[in-house]
Amino acid sequence: MGFETTRRGLLAGGAGLMLALTLPIGRGRAQVTVAGPFAPNAFIRIGTDDLVTVMSKHLEMGQGPYTGLATLVAEELDADWAQMRAEGAPADDKLYANLAFGAQGTGGSTAIANSFMQMRKAGAAARAMLVAAAAQEWGVPAAEITVKAGVVAHPGSGKTSGFGALSAAAASQPVPEDPPVKAPADFVLIGKDRPKLDTKAKTDGSAQFALDVYRDGMLTVVVAHPPKFGATVASFDDKDALAVKGVQMVRQIPSGVAVYATNTYAALKGRDALQVNWDESKAETRGSAELFEAFTKAAQAGGTTVEEQGDLAAFTGAAKTLEAEYHFPYLAHAPMEPLDAVIEVKGGKAELWYGCQFPAFDRPTVAATLGVPVEDVQINVLLAGGSFGRRAQGSAHLAAEAAAVAKAAGADGTFKLLWTREDDIRGGYYRPLTVHRFRAGLDDAGKIIAWENIVANQSIMMGTPMEPMLQGGPDSTSFEGSTGLPYILGAKRIGWARMESPVSVLWWRSVGHTHTAYAVETFLDQVLEAAGKDPVAGRLELLPPEATRERGVIEKVAEISGWTGRTRDGKGYGVAYTKSFGTYVAQVAEVQDMGGVPRVTKVWCAVDCGIAVNPNVIRAQIEGGIGYALGTALHNHISLAPGGEVEQSNFHDYPMLRISEMPAVEVAIIASEADPTGIGEPGVPPLGPAMANAWRALTGRAQNVLPFGGATS
Amino acid sequence: MRAPFAAVLALVAMPAVAQDGLSGPDAFAGVSDQSQRSVALFEEMGKVLTHPRCLNCHPVKGGPTQGDDMHPHSPPVVRGDADFGAAGMTCNTCHGDKNIRLTGHGSIPGHEPWMLAPVSMGWAGVGLAEICAQIKDPERNGGKSLEDLFEHNAHDGLVGWGWDPGEGRTPAPGSQELFGALTRAWIDTGAVCPG
Amino acid sequence: MTSFRVNGRDHDLDIDPDTPLLWVLRDELHLTGTKFGCGIAQCGACTVMLDGMPRRACVTPISMVEGREVTTIEGMEGPETEAVRAAWTAIDVPQCGWCQSGQIMSAVALLQAVSAPSDEDIDNAMAGNVCRCATYIRIRQAIHDAAKVLEG
Repeated sequence: MGFETTRRGLLAGGAGLMLALTLPIGRGRAQVTVAGPFAPNAFIRIGTDDLVTVMSKHLEMGQGPYTGLATLVAEELDADWAQMRAEGAPADDKLYANLAFGAQGTGGSTAIANSFMQMRKAGAAARAMLVAAAAQEWGVPAAEITVKAGVVAHPGSGKTSGFGALSAAAASQPVPEDPPVKAPADFVLIGKDRPKLDTKAKTDGSAQFALDVYRDGMLTVVVAHPPKFGATVASFDDKDALAVKGVQMVRQIPSGVAVYATNTYAALKGRDALQVNWDESKAETRGSAELFEAFTKAAQAGGTTVEEQGDLAAFTGAAKTLEAEYHFPYLAHAPMEPLDAVIEVKGGKAELWYGCQFPAFDRPTVAATLGVPVEDVQINVLLAGGSFGRRAQGSAHLAAEAAAVAKAAGADGTFKLLWTREDDIRGGYYRPLTVHRFRAGLDDAGKIIAWENIVANQSIMMGTPMEPMLQGGPDSTSFEGSTGLPYILGAKRIGWARMESPVSVLWWRSVGHTHTAYAVETFLDQVLEAAGKDPVAGRLELLPPEATRERGVIEKVAEISGWTGRTRDGKGYGVAYTKSFGTYVAQVAEVQDMGGVPRVTKVWCAVDCGIAVNPNVIRAQIEGGIGYALGTALHNHISLAPGGEVEQSNFHDYPMLRISEMPAVEVAIIASEADPTGIGEPGVPPLGPAMANAWRALTGRAQNVLPFGGATS
Repeated sequence: MRAPFAAVLALVAMPAVAQDGLSGPDAFAGVSDQSQRSVALFEEMGKVLTHPRCLNCHPVKGGPTQGDDMHPHSPPVVRGDADFGAAGMTCNTCHGDKNIRLTGHGSIPGHEPWMLAPVSMGWAGVGLAEICAQIKDPERNGGKSLEDLFEHNAHDGLVGWGWDPGEGRTPAPGSQELFGALTRAWIDTGAVCPG
Repeated sequence: MTSFRVNGRDHDLDIDPDTPLLWVLRDELHLTGTKFGCGIAQCGACTVMLDGMPRRACVTPISMVEGREVTTIEGMEGPETEAVRAAWTAIDVPQCGWCQSGQIMSAVALLQAVSAPSDEDIDNAMAGNVCRCATYIRIRQAIHDAAKVLEG
């Protein structure tokens, strides 16, 4: 381990020598408590031009890790923010593992949480080596040297230097074993609003995504996928497709029939002209109505117990019992950049360019598909145009399809695989269709004495390469948020009925909380009303004394929203609280009745995510999470027609929130010195229930079937 | 999709008789009272005038609608000062001078010009009697005489678009030729409006 | 052969006349700032200027561009563009960034037509530009900020 010098010419945009710093940071030394193998890491490059480039082990898909990870490095390096840069680290499980997973991948809102100490140690080590180099060159004691805003200085002699001039000498310094890091009180950059490193390239068209990669001789490929989940190719006729000018070949691959063309339009026209007969013998042929019926029956049967406390016999002593059933549809993630990847196969090696979210699964999948060693697969991780979970595939189905496309071509070549919006909306990997059933018992005094919640849905992880991560237990992503509640609810049972279908499912921004938060927080609201309690005061009463952070966000959101109760001046107000990905969030939504349709005009949010590394990004993620959740609650469902075909296909029938629907958002970040937790997802779950609670306050109507638009309550 | 389209083409060759839900003037020869015949002819014209292909861009309030169910236009658009959308998002931001077939399925409609009918010519949700009164009123029909109106109905390109609306849209009933013939007959019988 | 101008440069291309401008810009000219989002004029990610007016490139056959002038995000300049880019950067509007070229094209078009847009003007002009990250609050703010700078 140590520094290695490489020719600057290998890196775009500069001359001279480039310093690459690789740091050995062991698990113990990094003081990271999460489990996982930990090998040497390479996160920082300091150029002779003074630029500090942080290799982000986390995919930048809008949630801000380029800026966040660079902030952590810059803090301990005492760099000036203007000299910081970031780029995606390539696929390398040994160097770039997510410490929360033990493998390289981005997800679960873990980017800052798992990197917090690792990146700071990396920055601190680099700083120590620059200081040691300066001490040697200037002949002064290292202890007398200061570093501030990118300037290394020795006040006694008046000598100063930038990082670049010291980089060569720093390369020969020993790597500190365990460099000290700052106490939070000494943070200069952490905790303050910081401009994002990727903003400029995203305002002039220069930001590079997979679809922007063009290589000599590259063919564009689209795939005809089956119209029903679980169907396979029986036969196909490519005569008309091959007659389209520009179409080069048509090949059957495991996921469908691939059309290869010299340009995108020819590929799309070729696919239109293709005739495919599908074998539907193993396909899902049930429509959404039949699926809901089956899932509801399973929920009624009680499922298997996944959390239990006390004896549900308590229900027999209840003065009042409430029940409810909720239906949540399949949802597509619909990132603005549909799935895409470029793969080049040459002389037994493969190189890929795309917004790869799970290198740990994608790289070996490409290697296995092509029959080459993992070391001969290089993945260049580019920016991703959103993901919301869609690119985090345990099945690695996109990487597998790209590799299959390259393999089926039968010769070396470069291929850009493109999914259209229709492929995306109809292509599965949905938020699981889910049924919730509830009952709650109240005693004479309005105290909750019994609570039962049964969840019926498909497992995201079981039956996939991710199943071993469950270590034999049930898939908690199916019911997280129904379990683990902070509220005192008396005797309690949470059940889960695992359903099966060929319809593929995947985590969708905030995963289980997408439905559990809605179901729990709206049902609880009804129970509190039945008990004659205010939604805010009633929730606070249910919290045990040790639930200080839960209490903190609920009290804060009540304060900033000026909470006075469920209605005010003809508007409805609803509150909801969720803890997800380690972060505590409470929201209050203000809702107006626009002729039977809810309009959310303002949302207040209190968030406690530990140390707020960059409040600017935290606010942005909360704002965006609220918009993402609102559009979904208002508009979105993927439905299967009887027979099993998806009924939606593009944004005209799977509509996105538009600017006129976006509410004002006010965010309060709770001051904290706790380690940072997630922020990409936690803003999503409370919005739906806060809105529904406000709507019920205003209209008396409970919305137990989503989405609001077109749904009956 | 091909077979019904071919059938429509075949029927266009026979303008004077009933075709695809629209009757020709001959069908009303049996109405002896000229005034009543004129009203009947207009009511037949009304099958075209109140067809979603026409009404979608003849809103009374708000912006255009879409589809046979006349749902609000997506993406959301407004009328704007010149019946041509808002600054930054005018009709020609998306629509062109002809229908554009999309890969995958469907098409985006187009014609030159492509814009909303003025508010004065709003028909959506309005009764035939009121539509008729508007159509005849030069103050509200763009200064057209009845002869101008015939010319418009029989030969105007945007009116004709109603029978060539692009893949994924139901054409207006009949044909422009038949609609012109009905208009001619209605004018010749006194251009009487429904009561 | 189709002849047209893009960002001040003349092009003559022998290409299927039905090919959408979007794919000509990307596949032939490698101007990749113009994005594909839906292909059916629902999302606005492919917005370019056609003879100075915003236009969805995904529903614009190249035949329609004959003899005309196209400006993409890469070729945008002038006071409105500069003000919009500066406002976008100042408050970090973009998240994933995929839709932002199109957002900026529409914002510039709005400000070229309306110097001090109201919230309603912004809603109307930006209605066709989807942002899945829902950066709408900052888009609105940045347009107001840019308008103030342009007013001087």
